[in-house]
Amino acid sequence: MSTIASPAAGSEARIARRETLRQLLRSPTFLTGAAIVGFWVFCAVFGFAIAPHDPQDQSFTPLLRPGGAHLLGTDNLGRDVFSRVLVGAGDILKVAPLATLLGIAGGTVIGLVTGYFRGLVDNVISRIVDAWLALPVIVIAVTALVALGASTITLIVVIGVVFMPIVSRTVRAAVLGERQLEYVQAARLRGERAPYAMFVEILPNVMGPIIVEATVRLGYAIFTVAGLTFLGFGVQPPSPDWALQISDGYSLLNDTAHQGNYWIVLFPGMAVASLVIGVNLIADGISRALER
Amino acid sequence: MARFLANRLALSIVTLFILSVIVFAATQLLPGDVGRNVLGPFADQKSVDLFNHQVGADRPLLVQYGDWIWKFLHGDMGRSLQYQVSVWSLLGPSLVNSLKLAAEAFVLVVPLSILGGVAAALRRGRLADRAITITGLSLTAVPEFVSAIFLIVAFGVFLTWLPVNAQWPQGTGLVGQMRYLLLPSLALVMVLFGYIARMARHGTIEALSADYTRTAYLNGLGTTTVIGRHVLRNALLPTIAVVATQTGYLIGGLLVIEKLFNYNGIGQRIYIAAQNKDVTMLQSGVLLVGVVYLVATFIADLLYSVLNPRIRFGSVE
Repeated sequence: MSTIASPAAGSEARIARRETLRQLLRSPTFLTGAAIVGFWVFCAVFGFAIAPHDPQDQSFTPLLRPGGAHLLGTDNLGRDVFSRVLVGAGDILKVAPLATLLGIAGGTVIGLVTGYFRGLVDNVISRIVDAWLALPVIVIAVTALVALGASTITLIVVIGVVFMPIVSRTVRAAVLGERQLEYVQAARLRGERAPYAMFVEILPNVMGPIIVEATVRLGYAIFTVAGLTFLGFGVQPPSPDWALQISDGYSLLNDTAHQGNYWIVLFPGMAVASLVIGVNLIADGISRALER
Repeated sequence: MARFLANRLALSIVTLFILSVIVFAATQLLPGDVGRNVLGPFADQKSVDLFNHQVGADRPLLVQYGDWIWKFLHGDMGRSLQYQVSVWSLLGPSLVNSLKLAAEAFVLVVPLSILGGVAAALRRGRLADRAITITGLSLTAVPEFVSAIFLIVAFGVFLTWLPVNAQWPQGTGLVGQMRYLLLPSLALVMVLFGYIARMARHGTIEALSADYTRTAYLNGLGTTTVIGRHVLRNALLPTIAVVATQTGYLIGGLLVIEKLFNYNGIGQRIYIAAQNKDVTMLQSGVLLVGVVYLVATFIADLLYSVLNPRIRFGSVE
């Protein structure tokens, strides 16, 4: 569309985009999600400045119940739970979006190629993708992380690569719907090369589904990173990450005399839950706005 | 129908092959050599070489892979490097434990989510529908170990109705075991509910607006009959499909849930093997998970094709 786009067509697209944005700003689902995620992003950036105590400071009395000087109590090493919850989003909010970005980028390329060329390339890649999708994500990730060693970079790469085939399937479906349309035929008749037709002509027109896929995938990325961190293969200590706090504290739940020291794990748990629900509300809001 | 099933079977075999290659490749990437990892840094090089020769780690990779697959297909999973006993003697009982947990989760989630999905569809667009849909969506999004923490704190710590650990004491009967497995199953139920309810809702809405439903109503059939006999059947089909696709998730979920509840299942075995670099145990454990997954999805496909006349009579692939 780009080379032959008239000014009128351009402004039409802009109007459509503005309309989508207006829909979003009026959607309570989207706004609630954005507020929750915005809150945690704020805390991740400024948390160390606003936290009442140093999240790594171990000098307090261990296992204090919530209330008093320690709003959410202290953990078994005598650290302030409230301060740790405030800053606990830092690492997951770096890893999950980067992994999502990698997965979306790779998946888009695979999806464009398979959807555009069809035929043998599509058949072979699609079979591999189907098989890949059947594998339990966590099992693959754990195996890969054990082999490569757990670090932030490997974590991002492993999750990104695991996501690529999943994304490619969505993109492929969208491309199949576009490739028969006249503007693609026109580009082909004009003698444009395949990469041009794929990336310049088709890609802008399948951005909608890709954006929706990206937000949904971000939710899964947080889910997966949290799970891997809980297992000890994700974000590494001494990060005050929420899943690490749960991983460190869950065995204390057996201590029935002390109410299972529930505050050490319950509050980080609520934080994780609110973050993933927030991301999913955003995803839901965006997909509804784009559907209209 | 035969063609549909043959297609699916071929796909499962490709899946299993890819899985086996990934697992093998990944375990070959493990830092350090096998003998050195097992015998420790102070063993002399001679005994390390001897150990590698004994377990066959000094052969070409392709030979090792072929040997592993060949033996696996004949039911021989080798010896655990960590425990020095046969891998199957440890994986077998763990697999049974995991199947118990998965079975309890499925028995709970399937009726619950179909009920939820159909109820939402019948009140489409109204408050009940939004409530069920949003609750399902949110529960699905929350990592299973987090849902499990909520459940443990509520039912294990405050109400003290249910045990915090899933591993029952020796000699507990089946009903007692089910009680121990209730909290971990519920955590899995919370994740799966959203998916299945959404599919059931979608299937029901489609069936409700179909011509045959209108005809059934116009023929004077009561709502209960129409829903029971015409609508529910169509709501069930996509549900079976989603149950099949979620088996893969379920196995991953077991890894996390079994650790949290300290339950001796296959997820826990894989986890321990991964931590201790017990290559033979890890390879065979993951591949076994793949086989279980393959069998489960194939059963679901079989059920799906039997229930769906469009596939039974071969009009769609």
